[in-house]
Amino acid sequence: MLFPMLLGISFIAFVLVNLIPADPAEVALRINDIQPTEEAIALMREELGLDRPFFTRYLQWLSKSTRFDFGATFTNANRTVAGEIARSLPATLELSAAALVIVIGSSLLLGVSCALYRDTLFDRSVRLFVFLGTAMPNYWVGLLLMWFFALKLDLLPTSGGGGWKNLILPAVTLSLTYISTYIRLIRNNMIENMSEEYVLYANARGLKQRTVVFGHVLRNSLHSCVTALGMSVPQLIAGAFVVENVFAWPGIGRLCISAIFNRDYPVIQAYILVMGVLFIFCNLAVDILHCFMDPRLRRSS
Amino acid sequence: MLRRLLKDKSAVVCVAFIVVVMAAGLLADTVPLNNPNKVNVLAKLQAPSFAYPLGTDHLGRCTLSRLVHGIRPTIFLSLLTMCCTIALGSAIGLLSGYFRGRVDEVVMRVCDVMLSFPSQVMILAVVGVLGPGMMNVVAANILIKWAWYGRMIRSSVIRYGEKGYVLFSKVSGTGAPYIVFRHLLPGVASELLVLASLDMGWVILNISTLSFLGLGVQAPTAEWGAMLNEAKDVMVRAPLQMLVPGVAIMTVVAAFNMLGDSLRDALDPKTV
Repeated sequence: MLFPMLLGISFIAFVLVNLIPADPAEVALRINDIQPTEEAIALMREELGLDRPFFTRYLQWLSKSTRFDFGATFTNANRTVAGEIARSLPATLELSAAALVIVIGSSLLLGVSCALYRDTLFDRSVRLFVFLGTAMPNYWVGLLLMWFFALKLDLLPTSGGGGWKNLILPAVTLSLTYISTYIRLIRNNMIENMSEEYVLYANARGLKQRTVVFGHVLRNSLHSCVTALGMSVPQLIAGAFVVENVFAWPGIGRLCISAIFNRDYPVIQAYILVMGVLFIFCNLAVDILHCFMDPRLRRSS
Repeated sequence: MLRRLLKDKSAVVCVAFIVVVMAAGLLADTVPLNNPNKVNVLAKLQAPSFAYPLGTDHLGRCTLSRLVHGIRPTIFLSLLTMCCTIALGSAIGLLSGYFRGRVDEVVMRVCDVMLSFPSQVMILAVVGVLGPGMMNVVAANILIKWAWYGRMIRSSVIRYGEKGYVLFSKVSGTGAPYIVFRHLLPGVASELLVLASLDMGWVILNISTLSFLGLGVQAPTAEWGAMLNEAKDVMVRAPLQMLVPGVAIMTVVAAFNMLGDSLRDALDPKTV
């Protein structure tokens, strides 16, 4: 399943960029401020290999891509696409990892306490926060946080990459939407599980309340969360582009947005490919994790 | 379902609010407001006053007027997106659900891939290829959303297709178009409505996000996301400029989300 998926994604990435109405050769010339005369375009087409048939180009591109050779960027011939991606991908992964830690930590804490103190003032206010969290645009939250913490209180830097201080605001912004989703998921799962018979039985056995809640209810509630989380991780990484742009975080999403504005097609192509590969490996990792968590799956496979 | 919905106060409030906002958007030209695109550099970044109820932006344009004119691209583009998505999704869902066979299998595999692939990457890919612009953003959103509707409608059609009245209709020799439009479509319509109203907020957020990044609605058109983009450069001097469009997006999205929740509850009271 892994290999055909990879092949499919690479094909989509290649076809999409070949659908552009503009001639890439002409775009490449214009960006480098060369007058696009007939000869110049013909020369550029030859240089970019555009004069060869479609499948030859695809196979060539694919074999180069497997060696992480995506060619040079249109905007700057001295910079390779692979170099640009290698420079920006770690920043995105760092941001997403920080956001993921925040998501898991806070939604576990808040979700479980909401389920335990159901319908209290605490539960109500968290639910209000959850409701607003799904309605607020991500970038607006980012701007508000930036305005409050960086400009008003002057606690944290406004933007840019670098140390952990720069990481806090973008990571919190990125995590907010997902926190709301997971608080709701954990809370509702816990509440559903609490009315199950095994909880009644555990209570009847005289087990400590803590054992019942954390050992039984929470454990059973987390299964569906792991599945959802597996789908969220690629979404989180891909969705980081908005936050990266707000906070000028030097990640891959920001690279892609500027590539879109510059019509830098090799970068866009590489972005799609890298994200696709990342997505497939995330899914694989979740499957493996699932087998660790659920012994039933392990036995069946 | 409608009666249950009318009993739900929050649903009524949401519908009323959405209708008012849409009416304001439609009447934006006839309401006596300042010209949304009239630049007045002398009056830039003013605090709220009688002439400019919500102040002015960095070019001296009236914020209230831009807010009202921004309803059109924000909400109506989202509506357009939803309508096209539903049309495409139901066409595909109905066809593959009713006729099944090999086409159905291929369509569903495509749906699987579309559903599992991160939507943001797809949007960036499509916008990246087509270039920035309003209609391209709409197209990108349709492209990533139709699969959800296609899959949902297909499964409902299969469920309803085994009901007695559909079988009876088939046996009595009714044509396929009649069965699809008169028997199957009304059955899935209510579920469709719930999903659509829940998704509406998502689409509004998405379109405004892309406009915020400069990929969607192009300047000088007033759009809430684009307004926020302009406001972020002057947020030290005029934080109000940043609050207004954000609150607008939040309330509209919240209204659609609440409406969707209420619709779902009205449709299926037992899951409350």
